[in-house]
Amino acid sequence: MQIYDLVIIGAGPAGITAAVYAARQNLNFIVISRDIGGQTALSAEVENYTGYQVISGPELVQRFEKHMHKYNINLRENESVLNLKRNGENFLIKTDKAEYLANCVIIASGKQSEQLNVLGEQEFKNRGLAYCAICDGPIFAGKNVAVIGGGNSALDAASILIKVAKHVYIINNAENLKGDQLLRQKIEQSANVTILNKSQVLAVAGDKFVKSIKIKNNGQEQELAVEGVFVEIGLVPNSEFAEEVKRNQKKEIMVDIHNQTNIAGIFAAGDVTDVPEKQIIIAAGEGSKAALGAFGYLARKKTGNK
Amino acid sequence: MVKSIKVYTTPTCPWCIRVKSFLRDNKINFQNFDVSSDQSAADEMVKKSGQMGVPVIDIDGQIIVGFDQERIKLALGL
Repeated sequence: MQIYDLVIIGAGPAGITAAVYAARQNLNFIVISRDIGGQTALSAEVENYTGYQVISGPELVQRFEKHMHKYNINLRENESVLNLKRNGENFLIKTDKAEYLANCVIIASGKQSEQLNVLGEQEFKNRGLAYCAICDGPIFAGKNVAVIGGGNSALDAASILIKVAKHVYIINNAENLKGDQLLRQKIEQSANVTILNKSQVLAVAGDKFVKSIKIKNNGQEQELAVEGVFVEIGLVPNSEFAEEVKRNQKKEIMVDIHNQTNIAGIFAAGDVTDVPEKQIIIAAGEGSKAALGAFGYLARKKTGNK
Repeated sequence: MVKSIKVYTTPTCPWCIRVKSFLRDNKINFQNFDVSSDQSAADEMVKKSGQMGVPVIDIDGQIIVGFDQERIKLALGL
């Protein structure tokens, strides 16, 4: 099996930026990713990426991708990393499709939506239960829907859904909605919204598709007739494949100022790490830092000076 | 070799954008249905695929849910 200089896991802002840097250094490397753009591809409007006053998430991702493909990059899309571990002097990366060896790894696998873990969630996935309002929201035009969560991503989802759905229930665990005040006001003032604070989802039910959810509101169980359920209760890092790498309580990969993890030769960047603040521009910057860290490591390794 | 290709999408979903650009890059003609504005297309998509997520690709009756590049390539003989 050939040994790559570098394997980059993930192709969001951090992974793509690292790939651009690696290509410019003529490294022998591959990028393995489930998708392109990660969470950025699911963002509506981005107004804080320098150089673009306003750009949609998907459009920004297209620009990232175009930039990456300016170079001849070996990209393994639709491929999930299952395990990453030390293998003597190098690293073994197992995916759902193949195995790879690398001298150095950059983990930039980002985060994904947290699951509800209630009865019916798996059964009704894509059958009325969704994790992306911007993607699937329009299909629920004229229907009653529920948004689960009370933070910014729930508010974002609700603001998309109030424009298309008949009625939007917000099922919020806390006493009040959190998140951006302007967005909150806009939602609270909408005619077709019911906010249910101190509420939890107990189960999702239906036949072939979602028909209702069972909730507990202020200790009282009740059933809501909805055909769509949007789960927006937060994000979890995609770090489960990196068992040997040190992670914090939130399962975020811990990195030093050079993006190195506790294992020499494994770097990490972007939302999967414990770097404070999850922003597209921060992830991109961290991706470049990790790439520079990786170059240094590879150079030291080559000269035998670790 | 003549294939009928229908793609059911919404304008904002990133995977829909990727499916469409993938087909265009491979010079494949397709019919796009925007299920956010075309209710009968939305119903047709749900009926065909048995689910409500976009994108859905119908290649000569073979239904593929999501941007599954390998299955799409296989179905198109790419």
